[in-house]
Amino acid sequence: MKLVKFILVGFVFGIVLTKSEAVSWYRIYEMFQFQSFHMYGIIMVAVLTGIIGIQIIKRYHLKDYSGTPICIPDKEHSIARYLIGGIIFGLGWALAGSCPGPIFILIGAGFTSVIVVLLGAMLGTFMYGVLKNKLPH
Amino acid sequence: MELIYHTWSWYISGFIIGLVMLVLIYFGKSFGMSSNLRTLCSMAGAGKKVSFFSFDWKSQRWNLAVVAGAMLGGFVATHYLSDASNVSINPKTIEQLQTMNIDAPQGKLMPDALFSNQVFESPKSILILIVGGVLIGFGSRYAGGCTSGHAISGLSNLQFPSLIAVIGFFIGGLIMAHFILPLIV
Repeated sequence: MKLVKFILVGFVFGIVLTKSEAVSWYRIYEMFQFQSFHMYGIIMVAVLTGIIGIQIIKRYHLKDYSGTPICIPDKEHSIARYLIGGIIFGLGWALAGSCPGPIFILIGAGFTSVIVVLLGAMLGTFMYGVLKNKLPH
Repeated sequence: MELIYHTWSWYISGFIIGLVMLVLIYFGKSFGMSSNLRTLCSMAGAGKKVSFFSFDWKSQRWNLAVVAGAMLGGFVATHYLSDASNVSINPKTIEQLQTMNIDAPQGKLMPDALFSNQVFESPKSILILIVGGVLIGFGSRYAGGCTSGHAISGLSNLQFPSLIAVIGFFIGGLIMAHFILPLIV
């Protein structure tokens, strides 16, 4: 039963990403061609909402639903892994036109071919696990 | 009702996505979709061979529940909340796509040229989807997050590493969309 609230959050996420068309290959292509503000607007407002929310959480030392003070860990410092990993991710993002969230949402929406992208993404994740210690981080 | 069936505006959508992230923080978790790929690898038994995947994947069940909900949301939104006015992208973009023989949206989320079931008959199309997936999976784990973990969660928490990652996402995306995609599609 504990999982129901997470299914509900996911449900809202799936609907909003589909209805905003952030899951659409076309919208990603259009974004990378700078031919629409739509995707940039979505990311900007999401980040702005997040910044305000997190600032409120920090300023008022808010607690989570179980009463534990909310603590959001900082990301580890590095340049190489974020830049190289980011570029590799970006190449895939524009090629397949979907990031990990939309991959699942599109499969749920009935796009059978996206299962191939998911299998590729699992393979890529596995390859990272194998090569992890040999890569600059 | 039109408000629901038509494309949702960027400001409403962005706001709800921000709230989704904040609600997950309130539930004591964090918003990041690519972690599920690692969990799936672990569930498939990758932990026996590679230590990166030997962790208690059951601790990630909550995130798999988010995925299950998202898939259901995708199903409901495409089958019951959509109409033919959707995905009205820039006419210039449509023209550009035509030169690459990619069909116009006409309400569809994904081009048939790349995602219809006919792609299963074309080794080249399957290869594009697999390579795209591999890059997404490898890159997001290497960078420690994807659009949700870095672009939304990380930037919201004013993390400099996430800014570097997002700049990387766009460098990669622009190279693909402008230089590589026209050559291979």
